[in-house]
Amino acid sequence: MPGMPWPLPWPFDTTYMQLALIAGLAVGASAPLIGTFLVQKRLSLLGDGIGHVAVAGVGAGLLFGTSPVWTALVVAVVAALALEWLRSRGRTSGDLALALFFYGGIAAGVVLAGRSATNANLQPYLFGSILTVTENDVYTVVALGALIILAIGLTRRGLLAVVLDEEAAHVAGIPVGVLNALLAALTAVTVAAAMRVTGVLLVAALMVLPVATSRVVARSFRTTTLGAGAVGMVAVVLGLAAARQWALAAGGAIVLVAVVLFTVASIAAPFRRGRARDDAGALLSGPG
Amino acid sequence: MKTSVANPVLSAEGISFAFGAHRVLEDVELEVSPGEFTALVGPNGAGKSTLLRIVLGLLAPQAGRVELFGASPRRLPDRWRLGYVPQRPRLAPDLPATVEEVVAAGRLAKQGWWRRARPADRAAVGHALESVALEGLRTQRVVELSGGQQQRVLIAKALASEPELLILDEPIAGVDAQAQRLFRDSLVHLLRDHGAAVLLVSHELGAVADDLDRVVVLRRRVLFDGKPGDLAATGVSLGVHRDDLPRWLEELTENGGT
Repeated sequence: MPGMPWPLPWPFDTTYMQLALIAGLAVGASAPLIGTFLVQKRLSLLGDGIGHVAVAGVGAGLLFGTSPVWTALVVAVVAALALEWLRSRGRTSGDLALALFFYGGIAAGVVLAGRSATNANLQPYLFGSILTVTENDVYTVVALGALIILAIGLTRRGLLAVVLDEEAAHVAGIPVGVLNALLAALTAVTVAAAMRVTGVLLVAALMVLPVATSRVVARSFRTTTLGAGAVGMVAVVLGLAAARQWALAAGGAIVLVAVVLFTVASIAAPFRRGRARDDAGALLSGPG
Repeated sequence: MKTSVANPVLSAEGISFAFGAHRVLEDVELEVSPGEFTALVGPNGAGKSTLLRIVLGLLAPQAGRVELFGASPRRLPDRWRLGYVPQRPRLAPDLPATVEEVVAAGRLAKQGWWRRARPADRAAVGHALESVALEGLRTQRVVELSGGQQQRVLIAKALASEPELLILDEPIAGVDAQAQRLFRDSLVHLLRDHGAAVLLVSHELGAVADDLDRVVVLRRRVLFDGKPGDLAATGVSLGVHRDDLPRWLEELTENGGT
């Protein structure tokens, strides 16, 4: 990218750390936006299931010598739409459908990668390799992240109505099926975008943990969503710093920071909630 | 008995429905006129919920026809004309949404689900909150409110699109007397100030019994359709014997009493 390395302080003073930072921030901001709706719809594990299915796409990419991100994106989107179709028709229970895709996807990925002539390694895609991202990877991740943020920005009102009450949303003429399918497809896009950052096996953590953290402190759905994006970005910055300082696996470090942030917020919550309850009590004791 | 009107907001004719061999609705007729306050009552299992789902377009009748504002419920072009208040326990206990956010979601039928709220939309949401006396709690998390307050939030959500027909499903079940009075005031405000029609589906009528224009008693078939006064003249009080009503009326019908 032009002028890299930019004059940023440690630990982002080198080109490879700056590329990692940009890719990480794109995923850290966008994955929790999707997660806010998934968590509320009790579909927290959808990202995990689709992440496993995406392994089949990675395997196909390695076998055919194309970019694994794009093949994983196609496979993940198709699988996400199929899962949503099964769920919406009640054809099979949600966890059973997930398990079917989960194991089928990862098994296909291992088989396909094993057939690859280049003896390619699945590991960078399973657990991420953010410190080796190229400029082209960064452009791809930023484009996918921007797509997710734009799509959520445009549909968030309708998605919230669906989350609140699917039946009432249907009666109000909101296209519930289309929005549910869109959310599933965006989950798949997130998995593909996060593949080089946390890896497909840890991507769901970035969709769910920042939301759980944000929900502890935020007062509205809007602030929960924005707060989750902020928590995701903080986890990326601190995780990358820790990875550089102690030579840790960056994807794992980012997720561990997200776990720590959630733990700290949960421990601090009772104090904050007590204060909020006092405020609410004063309001509720008034007329109304 | 039922009076036919020129342009009913809701019209259902000859509705029949069965779950397998179990007949739930049999040749049911129902009309609601503009500005009319109608209660559809009957005991649990009388077919009220099934009829409601058919009227809302969530279920297709096996026989008969439903029209909302002259259109099929599934093809109604202006969805905002229909407001729907579901039964209470639909809000997830960990929902991180404010009262205002929930009510604003009800405005989307008129605003367009993809559009930003315009000043008129924000004003309508504010007015809906005022009409259920919740404007002081607009930034409160909805799950922190009492059951009665949550019920009023859902009513405000339905009112936010300024509907011409409001359908409420069991809105006063398990709500205390004070909340019932506030609920009644909200409905009377909607009827008087906005000229909207209200269809209340319930197995009890509580605080609203005195404000009704019409009562329809359902138990698989329509057993009574008329003014509350006519029903009262038969010696049955809606407020006292509501659960016994349909059986009582059925006996009366069999004896040729109605």
